[in-house]
Amino acid sequence: MSGLLWGMLFGLLAGTAIALAALFGVWWERKVAGRIQMRFGPQEAGPAGLLQTLADTIKLVLKEDITPRLADKRLFRVAPLVVFTPVAMSLAVIPFAKGWAPLDTSVGVLFFLAVPSISVLGILLGGWASGNSYATLGGMRGAAQMVSYEVPRTLAVLSVVVLAGTLRPTLLLGRFQWWWLIATFAGFVVYLISSIAEMNRGPFDLAEAESELVAGYFADYSGIRWAVFMMTEYGSVLAASLFGAATFLGGGWPFGGLLGVVALLVKAVLITTLIIWVKWTLPRMRADQLMRLCWTVLTPIALVQLLIVGAVVPWL
Amino acid sequence: MNIDELREHLCATYPDLCPLFSIEFGDGVLIVDRGRYWSAAKDLRDLGFDRLGMITAVDGIDDFEIVARLTAREIGAHIFLKTHVPRDEPAIETLTDLWPAADWQEREVYDMFGISFRGHPDMRRILLPDDWVGHPLRKDYRDERIIRRPDYI
Amino acid sequence: MAIDIESRTSVYDEEGRAVEELVLNVGPSHPSTHGVCRIIAHLDGEVVTKAEPVIGYLHRGIEKMAENRTYLQIVPLTDRLDYVGSMYANWAYCRAVERLAGIGVPERAEYLRVITCELQRVASHMMSIGSTGADTGAFTMFVYAFDVRERVIELFEALTGSRLTYNYVRPGGVAADAPEGWLDDVRRVVGQMPARLTELDRLFFGNTIARGRLKGIGVLDVPTAIAWGASGPVARGSGVGWDLRKSDTYSLYPRFDFDVPVGERGDAYDRARVRLWESVESCRIIEQALDQIEPGHVKAPGLPRLLKPRPGDAYDHIESARGSLGIYLVSDGSPRPYRMKVRSPAFCNLALLPLLAPGHTMSDLVVILGSLDPVFGEVDR
Repeated sequence: MSGLLWGMLFGLLAGTAIALAALFGVWWERKVAGRIQMRFGPQEAGPAGLLQTLADTIKLVLKEDITPRLADKRLFRVAPLVVFTPVAMSLAVIPFAKGWAPLDTSVGVLFFLAVPSISVLGILLGGWASGNSYATLGGMRGAAQMVSYEVPRTLAVLSVVVLAGTLRPTLLLGRFQWWWLIATFAGFVVYLISSIAEMNRGPFDLAEAESELVAGYFADYSGIRWAVFMMTEYGSVLAASLFGAATFLGGGWPFGGLLGVVALLVKAVLITTLIIWVKWTLPRMRADQLMRLCWTVLTPIALVQLLIVGAVVPWL
Repeated sequence: MNIDELREHLCATYPDLCPLFSIEFGDGVLIVDRGRYWSAAKDLRDLGFDRLGMITAVDGIDDFEIVARLTAREIGAHIFLKTHVPRDEPAIETLTDLWPAADWQEREVYDMFGISFRGHPDMRRILLPDDWVGHPLRKDYRDERIIRRPDYI
Repeated sequence: MAIDIESRTSVYDEEGRAVEELVLNVGPSHPSTHGVCRIIAHLDGEVVTKAEPVIGYLHRGIEKMAENRTYLQIVPLTDRLDYVGSMYANWAYCRAVERLAGIGVPERAEYLRVITCELQRVASHMMSIGSTGADTGAFTMFVYAFDVRERVIELFEALTGSRLTYNYVRPGGVAADAPEGWLDDVRRVVGQMPARLTELDRLFFGNTIARGRLKGIGVLDVPTAIAWGASGPVARGSGVGWDLRKSDTYSLYPRFDFDVPVGERGDAYDRARVRLWESVESCRIIEQALDQIEPGHVKAPGLPRLLKPRPGDAYDHIESARGSLGIYLVSDGSPRPYRMKVRSPAFCNLALLPLLAPGHTMSDLVVILGSLDPVFGEVDR
């Protein structure tokens, strides 16, 4: 019973955290993108435009929630939640400090890698249920891409798991040693690239590709449902950044305690900034190039990385 | 190549086209009969006019005038090929088999003047909707939505 | 745009499996159609098997309207043809009128025309290059290109008072002489331009992903380019060195030293690169023109208030940013033209789309369309 309560409490917290992170993330992205594009970004609403996203959210909530006539109505309405929930769930296993994660489980790493994959279903559903050719194409692209990029991402994370000898994220954090930064650097790069592909962000945002597919799988969504899709995007950025910082960059290292949590957050923001930077600099890839990158570049690198780590471990 | 050299070149190769050649505003103009239109165009293409700039028509009240502007890139010459199409039977051979560039341009002429091009692969309206009535660039086209500008002059 | 399930055509392949072809309506309102163009794309998976442009959404009947106006009243109409490069249609029209009416143009006016039109070429190419970036998802590229374009537009604003439709070139000269200090401003802006263009080149064309997206896409070979009447950067990207400024030189262009950049492979990459190099060459022309320009009249003396050219027809053309833009005028001796025909390069270049698109993916379709650089004001007229 207390487990259920704790679960509900966490769900509420995670939802709020993602909402706040999305608010901050959108603002941060607009600011960074603005600087990259010789603009200021939002600056009117609130100090430094901080409240701009809030204003946008209010607008989105007030907007009419349209369900297209040709849509499969039930699937159409449920798709945003199918996309959002797994991403929110994946936040549960992130080790914020040594020995503490909201959900401390022995298969945490696996959980983090496996659960967000369920989002693929939501993207596919959203794309198909819209009854719109663009959305269908976007959904198909998204599914193909996310399923493929699971492989290098998992392999990359596996190298840290092999070093730490555990799938429990909190233990993994505790066993971090500084030379892992060097040993798993290639893995970190692969993790970062495939995470960007996993969360459908530029340069891998083929599923939404606003210049080709208009907005891809969420082309027909409006108002709050569209906002949920957007929140999912920032939720996955948040999750990937936090998890990357916790596993590859040693979490709070070199600090402990509360300072460690701050260090983790700073590292996560840095990774987020990198993700934004990449998105606003690079053109989008084509579907076939994306697949080629996945299977001929990232997967071999991840495998070699795993091989090196595997060769090192027996000598420790 | 200036215009006189072009005339000599043309006369030497195709003597029958020679009397039809004239010069207007510095451009060579070749006015042919409707029956000679396609073959004259072919002759010109063989002469080196490899580029079709434009095809258009002018409503001359009694008949339509087809105007094609050809360019020979190698010798740096331009020529107008003109012919007349009777109003009661607005049809003429297509030039698409000589220059594919004629494709859309002839469709536009068909759209605006109602002149159909025999042998054109896709003779449909291009700019106006398919269900449009009439051909607007004809001088006798009437539409109550057209507002005549007041005569200030 | 909803799928009309009924309209999907079911076909069967050799082994009897049902293969569904997806007919996708791209446009008329789509972020990458560069205006109001509709492309009926037949897709086999992601691969385009057939692409048919449907145009005419912006047809305003400018050729018909021109028959109802005096020669001077038509100049603002020509602004609305190619609204990304209004100066060109102004100039082409005025050249045709001058040829028809036998008007000479003072030298200073010709210099001003050359300077404005070459500035316009930079501005227009920046639009094209920027939207190539936007089409491939590099929106920052778009902003950087528009930054360059904005400098030019500001100059035009100072010169003509407008940012888009300038109505500057008039039969017999230009509307007004350049304001004091304007030519110095041009020199300053043009001096900064090559560095900015190099930056754009490094930012976008040096990028591996951008190269991957543009190279080998929509390859146009030389015979096809000539036969289909392609002109401008579309033809030059394929290696056809056909530039009216050189090969059929007009105005003061023989006085300037400039190169005509041509591509090698004829793909979207070459077309976009040719536009970038051309912008650099335009800067060279402007600098030479600024060195040579002398004070003087900007309007032909003794122009009648109402032009009544003698009966006859005249054609004149200039090299616009999109290709050879020609105006064909027929006069019957009255103050209004009997017929005006616009030979639109964008129209002719767009006709190549059904040839170039098949076999490429949906993502490449928008790149190919962008590389043809159609401006629908001019396509539809």
